[in-house]
Amino acid sequence: MAAVQSDDPGLTPRSTMSWWFRREARIAPYLYISPFFLLFLVFGVFTVAFTAWVSLHDWHIFDTAAGGGTFVGLDNYARLLNDARFWRSATNTFSILLMSTIPQMLLALVLAELLNDRRLRGPHIFRSGLLIPNITSVVAITIVFQSLFGRHYGLINVALDFIGLDMVNWTSSRIGSHFAIATMVNWQWTGYNTLIFLAAMQSIPSDLIEAARVDGAGRIKRWWKITVPLLRPTILFATVLSVIGNFQLFAQPLLFAPGVGSMGGNDQQFLTILLYLYNMAFRQFQFGYASAIAWMLVLLTAVAALMVYAGVGYLNRRENRSALEVERMRERANARQEAGA
Amino acid sequence: MTNVDAVKAQSAAGPTPGNERQAPTFKPNKRRFSWANNWHYLVLTVALFISVFPFYWMFVVGSNTNADVAQVPPRITPGPNFIENATNAMNAVPFLRSLLNTFIVAGTVTVSAVFFGTLAGFAFAKMQFRGNKALMAFVIATMMIPLQQLGLIPLYMLMDRFGWVGQLRAVIVPALVTGFAVFWMRQVIATSVHDELLEAGRVDGCATFGLFRHVVIPSVRSGAAVLGMFTFLFMWNDFLWPLVVLGGNQDAHTIQIALRNMSQTYYADYALVLAGTFMSLIPLIIVFVIFARQMIAGVMEGAVKG
Repeated sequence: MAAVQSDDPGLTPRSTMSWWFRREARIAPYLYISPFFLLFLVFGVFTVAFTAWVSLHDWHIFDTAAGGGTFVGLDNYARLLNDARFWRSATNTFSILLMSTIPQMLLALVLAELLNDRRLRGPHIFRSGLLIPNITSVVAITIVFQSLFGRHYGLINVALDFIGLDMVNWTSSRIGSHFAIATMVNWQWTGYNTLIFLAAMQSIPSDLIEAARVDGAGRIKRWWKITVPLLRPTILFATVLSVIGNFQLFAQPLLFAPGVGSMGGNDQQFLTILLYLYNMAFRQFQFGYASAIAWMLVLLTAVAALMVYAGVGYLNRRENRSALEVERMRERANARQEAGA
Repeated sequence: MTNVDAVKAQSAAGPTPGNERQAPTFKPNKRRFSWANNWHYLVLTVALFISVFPFYWMFVVGSNTNADVAQVPPRITPGPNFIENATNAMNAVPFLRSLLNTFIVAGTVTVSAVFFGTLAGFAFAKMQFRGNKALMAFVIATMMIPLQQLGLIPLYMLMDRFGWVGQLRAVIVPALVTGFAVFWMRQVIATSVHDELLEAGRVDGCATFGLFRHVVIPSVRSGAAVLGMFTFLFMWNDFLWPLVVLGGNQDAHTIQIALRNMSQTYYADYALVLAGTFMSLIPLIIVFVIFARQMIAGVMEGAVKG
């Protein structure tokens, strides 16, 4: 009935129409947002809650059909705390995290500074060239880098040999494999971060940089003392994203060394937390224990992200002085301008 | 030209290097090339080279024989064998089938996520209802939960219960609309749909869905296209969940699973593996070449909003 009225508004008395209108406008938004919430209820809320439930059980894959595993309380978590393999995977993840996030952010800040130049020619070529690694699949990236880091004929070892250095067995060395995996992450994400930093740099008021220039600060000093501190919120955002992403490393270690990759190397030298979870759940079918790993993974991610926040907060407090300095510089520039006028 | 020469040439021409403020006044200086003024092109070009080199290398290995690449020094130019290697790769795994599956998954999810994301974004951006703000905050909060990891095991159990393990719908259905899609479209609609247009539509007797069809959809095309591209790329590249739920059924493999199997089985045959990998990237590269400007703008705008 209501639909007929709305299709033919000219024939309906105005009061009825506006009643239908108001009614419809009140219900419609809930209808429009409901697909997301329905889907999230089933595939989000349920799964997260159920992970917690499963993690309290000794739950083999076959127990699912039988209606559930045996309740063991916090045993899975206790086992996790004493699981040397898990902690090895956690330190591996952390080591790769450091080797990828820090160089990536520094490099992206430098490249963004160089791209942030109105007179730069062909900016589109540089921007799209830097972004293209980011749209490439992790599987494809790992396959290519696995060949570049190959033991005998990999281009990197050939190059090392050519300049007279020793070849490195990238898959068997712990640090070497972390470096290789971090290189893949850096290759994929440096360009993306560069564009994010570039966007933030473009919104810095140019009078600040100009004031520093008038004060005689060179380009490097302007970049490090003014641009980078002003970009801190963006850097924080990018770093937190990078931390979260690094805790989800999976395809790189899985595919890095054919044959032994699924175990993260013979000696678990590049086993990551998520790969360990995957092995526990879908190779050994210990759903209960794997669920405990899932919660621990989330917990460690949150701790790491909070540490980044705390670190930046500390820097902010300590360098309130430098903000004052910037303000003083601005005042001096203004004074100079007024004097000139 | 050495650095010193460059500086000499510079001072002869007038402005000192690094003092760009004066440069525009000296026209002749523009024509003369100097490293002191242009070293940043060198750095950027090296970065560009590193970004693009792995693609080139993929093609070099994929178009030579294994012997060519394994000699010392290896061949670093493309060879004549690409077609042969690519054919071998396509026969090694169900390559075309996987491509088709990936198209089905990524295509369906893209259309659905953009549609439902726009619908929900419209409600959040332009309609008044109880709990609008709180529910939106909830949507944003869901974006921060690493669902794919935290929910991996129950999600698998759920799909098992539904009988969907090994079927494409197990990958499609959970992704039909995401918090990111809702959030993105809300931002797009809030900035690009004008309230006056909505009012006018209202006066013309449009119900809310009519407004959605006739006012919202025409004005959000470019923002929706960017979301569509990101969604498509994400689904094309997604790996962990498809591997878990589709890995057991070869007919339902996505291209990433096929690549993984190829690289694990034929790992000694680099020419085959890299030719196959290169082919799997061709659709992505086409999408990227067409939409690069919009994607760059999307990444940069997203950063400012975030």
